[in-house]
Amino acid sequence: MNTTTGAMNSSAFSPAHHAPRLLSGWCSTGATATLVEHLRRYGPPALGTRTSPMSVVEAVEAAGLTGRGGAGFPTGRKLRAVAERGGRAVVVVNAMESEPASLKDEFLLTVAPHLVLDGAVLAATVVGADIVHVCLPRTRAVQFGQLRAALDERRSARLDPVRLRLHALPHTYVSSESTSLVRWLNGGPARPQGSPPRTHERGVARRPTLVSNTETFAHLALIARYGADWFRQAGTPDEPGTLLVTVSGAVAAPGVLETAFGTPLDVILDRAGGRTESLQALLLGGLGGTWLPAEHLRVPLARRELAPLGAAPGAGVLVALPRAACGLSETARMLAYLAADGAGQCGPCRFGLPAVAEDFAALAAGRSDPDRLSRLRRRVGLLPDRGACRHPDGAARLAASALRAFADDIDHHLTQGACAAAHRPPRIPVPPAVPPETWR
Amino acid sequence: MTPATPVTSAKTLRIDRIACTGQGLCGELLPELIDLDEWGYPIVKDRAVPDHLRAHARRAAAACPLLALHLDAGRT
Ligand code: SF4
Ligand code: SF4
Repeated sequence: MNTTTGAMNSSAFSPAHHAPRLLSGWCSTGATATLVEHLRRYGPPALGTRTSPMSVVEAVEAAGLTGRGGAGFPTGRKLRAVAERGGRAVVVVNAMESEPASLKDEFLLTVAPHLVLDGAVLAATVVGADIVHVCLPRTRAVQFGQLRAALDERRSARLDPVRLRLHALPHTYVSSESTSLVRWLNGGPARPQGSPPRTHERGVARRPTLVSNTETFAHLALIARYGADWFRQAGTPDEPGTLLVTVSGAVAAPGVLETAFGTPLDVILDRAGGRTESLQALLLGGLGGTWLPAEHLRVPLARRELAPLGAAPGAGVLVALPRAACGLSETARMLAYLAADGAGQCGPCRFGLPAVAEDFAALAAGRSDPDRLSRLRRRVGLLPDRGACRHPDGAARLAASALRAFADDIDHHLTQGACAAAHRPPRIPVPPAVPPETWR
Repeated sequence: MTPATPVTSAKTLRIDRIACTGQGLCGELLPELIDLDEWGYPIVKDRAVPDHLRAHARRAAAACPLLALHLDAGRT
């Protein structure tokens, strides 16, 4: 997989302000930065330079940093909520990246592990935690080894005032839910837990717990070093800063790149080498995301502009679907996987989602009729807001957006059977639709 | 919750979706606020419990065999 380093919205941005962000320059080699290299690039961690933990929270709030795991919750508010609980807290780095089309957390941890760890340690000192848990999927054994080496480097340099622990968790679609991590760290299965209690009140070891995405911690480390104004030089006033995106599908150079919020989607595709075929749609946000018909490709990657289209920047996943593919068949495979990989704890996941996946498969195969289609629509409408976590909501978003984006194909499939494209091999890789082997 | 909370304060429905096994009793006891899907799992039409339904709602919560239906204080 090729990796391009995004120039950050160069128009909005004078060269004097080119302090390094997440992926600037050196990462094109894909090599891991050692601790010495890391400190040479970014300077020392900002622990001593900010006067108090709360000044870090204020800087993060002023920067307007939001979580980069998909939900986009304001990071400053989360830090403050945990810090204000008082008592010994816990910090968890969520590197589970369960979205199959996302590679950005893995990539970031490979090239800049110390940036992520700096941010996590800093967050720990801010919220009063004495331990940082780093949660990786068990499938990423090489990454586990690299991170262990990075932790050894930090230990010999006596860099961190808190303990850092690595964990390898079972890799399922819902094991990246923050409550799954908490449950697993407490000795249970890596399955979502309903709230209350909320994680920031009572999480790991019943202590106030901050769980954030890998990339979020790296931004935090940079804000602590360079300040909120610097961070806001990229992005939009509503959504400042840059984010990592993973581009795949019909582009010449699929991979991870860094871009400013507000960058038009077609510019991002161009940075990923440009389209290799004419496109019919873009899947934004991954399997729990939204299909955008190709006529919307000039829309900026920003919450406000995407909201009317039912989409959001999410965790920065862009999948380009060529015209030659069948969007209905691709969606049917995704839904089958999401149905099989749900935790099977709640009604919508046990019955609703598998039923939706089955109806959709029939539609894709040309075995549906108008009655079955209206049943499908009704069942999709009943998925959101009825599980202990947002898994059914994501699947419903995908299904509903497919019904909108591929409306012409649906007519064709209903009246004349499956189109020719439905019989060609699938274009978007989706894991097999089998239930997880283990939750522990 | 503060001790000053009046006994007549607003209530909202909350379902523990993991505990719920979808036997649908709540939908039978409180059809004004709870529908059932085709598998018997609750669809909450309105989380806010109006005053005149409070006794019904309390009865439904007590009747849930899995203790999955809760009446929380306050409107959220
Ligand atoms: S909604 Fe699905 S994935 Fe989420 S907790 Fe319930 S069963 Fe598990
Ligand atoms: S009565 Fe309880 S277990 Fe039965 S459907 Fe309602 S909430 Fe679920």
